[in-house]
Amino acid sequence: MAPLVSIEGLSVAFNGVPVLRGVDLALGKGEALGLVGESGSGKSVTWLAALGLLPRHAKISGSVRLDGREILGAPASELDQVRGGRVAMIFQDPASALNPVLTIRKQLCEALVLHRDLSGEAVKAEALRLLNLVGIPDATRRLSAYPHEFSGGQVQRIMIAMALAGNPDLLIADEPTTALDATIQAQILELLSTIRREMSMAMVLISHDLGVVAENCDRVAVMYAGRIVEQAPANQLFADPVHPYAQGLIGALPPLDGPRRRLTAIPGTVPDPAHMPDGCAFAPRCALAAEPCRLAVPTLAPIADDRTVACIRAEASRRALLGIAAE
Amino acid sequence: MSAPLVEVSSISRSYSMRSGMFGRSTAVHAVDAVSLSIPKGETLGLVGESGSGKSTTGRVVLGLEPPDRGEVCFGGKPMAAPGTQAWRAQRARMQMIFQDPLGALDRRLPVATQIREPLDIHGLGTPAEREDRARELLRAVELTPAHGARYPGALSGGQRQRIVLARALATKPDFLVCDEPVSALDVSIQAQVVNLLADLQAQLGLTLVFISHDLRVVRQISNIVAVMYLGRIVEIGSADDLFARPEHPYTQALVSASPAPGRRSASRIVLAGDPPNPAARPSGCAFHPRCPRAIARCASEVPTLSLVGGDRQVACHLVTGPQAETRDAA
Repeated sequence: MAPLVSIEGLSVAFNGVPVLRGVDLALGKGEALGLVGESGSGKSVTWLAALGLLPRHAKISGSVRLDGREILGAPASELDQVRGGRVAMIFQDPASALNPVLTIRKQLCEALVLHRDLSGEAVKAEALRLLNLVGIPDATRRLSAYPHEFSGGQVQRIMIAMALAGNPDLLIADEPTTALDATIQAQILELLSTIRREMSMAMVLISHDLGVVAENCDRVAVMYAGRIVEQAPANQLFADPVHPYAQGLIGALPPLDGPRRRLTAIPGTVPDPAHMPDGCAFAPRCALAAEPCRLAVPTLAPIADDRTVACIRAEASRRALLGIAAE
Repeated sequence: MSAPLVEVSSISRSYSMRSGMFGRSTAVHAVDAVSLSIPKGETLGLVGESGSGKSTTGRVVLGLEPPDRGEVCFGGKPMAAPGTQAWRAQRARMQMIFQDPLGALDRRLPVATQIREPLDIHGLGTPAEREDRARELLRAVELTPAHGARYPGALSGGQRQRIVLARALATKPDFLVCDEPVSALDVSIQAQVVNLLADLQAQLGLTLVFISHDLRVVRQISNIVAVMYLGRIVEIGSADDLFARPEHPYTQALVSASPAPGRRSASRIVLAGDPPNPAARPSGCAFHPRCPRAIARCASEVPTLSLVGGDRQVACHLVTGPQAETRDAA
């Protein structure tokens, strides 16, 4: 099956400092892909670059194809059809994404007029349908309310309604629940997965929370310092992570049940993008790093069906995890 | 179990809030009759959603604000009135760590100077001794004197939180209140700081109150956990047991809402409704409008915290006695 979106060799530099260093990613129709990594790893920049949402001074290279059509560097008129239409995006801070002085009806209708061939009463009816779809109680009356009259979870629901206005094939959710309380996070994630099933929409879920990604995605890509270091089906990644960084991330997560153990913290910090180490960017923090790691940047190579990892010590790391002494 | 270092007996704290320019002012009960007892050297975890009163509880326990009712005893003695000499002496023995280290540090001072500041304020030791102590503290939080010469802006988030921790430890406190200390940090850095905090606690015999919305981190570091909802404790018990067998419907929902790798969301309890508004507290059990198991009694009668077996206390009409069969509904 031809992928819905395929990203190849996507690189981004701000003022000569590379922040994205060759990202390859493909996404099928209706698939839920999770993107995890620490702050600064390039999770958000990947999609902002793909949709042409970065400031002008960002230097972008590579290729981003939507249904086979190149959209990287496409003219604004074409991108306007893609953004909000075929690909919608929701962000962490929904309150700042809405206009505080316009009613919800105005903002929803604006999105509908832009992306759907609707006019007059049909727009209003569709706005009401969307608000009902995302579970805002008393939607008829609430359409004339302003953003501040809604709670944080409801504002995120409204953002989701706006994102759905264009009937997108792909929804990019960038940390959609990070600012919300645990029980509200559960509501929003449930809403997203219901909508995704009903509309057979693909989704990219960007999150720093491994648990959120594991529960809501089919496939997960782990990013580190502007690259993808491991890609695998969600259940396999969490049961058997191969890249030492992926192992570290999972080991750093305190368990909620069973015996308590000391957390395996990854030593050091994420490298400064302006002073990237030679070779593998993770080598300075990696317990398994050897001399060859510092020579060349490892490429993403397949290790099993549907699994790729960028680590020349992948075998050793797998053995270390199984408790067999490496070498 | 050793004698409690901190004994909190039914503290309440309310603020007045006015809705709109001409609206009547209403009292918001941020904390309502909370009692806690924290044994020396142990950690009490406080969990709950925003507006549940966890931070206010932390501030009252620390004497940063006086309670409207109730009393906080520290080391067997009641907290002195704020601003007095006795209060200052007590305050040197207790410190607080906040979520945002950048906001807690002065951007225009080298961090080593800021670590020394509490010693200057409380007049502890000679200037040379204070310098030595600052260097020793930097080592204790696994940083070098070179880090101490830097400004907060030149340090990473994890390093800044270590500086805040070092500063909090400067006066050799017995008691530390940590309010969401790792929430702003990335997972791998969060693990470093949690491990460091656990090590320092073991070395120095610190007593901690650890406030967080992250159940995993709370379990990792706490001996006892109290779950708060709208200013009240709804469940309290030993950390491992509480998360393994939550009894209160709210705790059950919280535990089930915490995403876990390797589990699909099918079995999750999704609560209806929004997080509660402290200014419009529901009658009876504050949780009843969102509770999947609420009965008529819940809307009229406030449940009290009572022992249900072991060291577990639950405030719920539906959870009674040690034999209560409450989990099958979950």
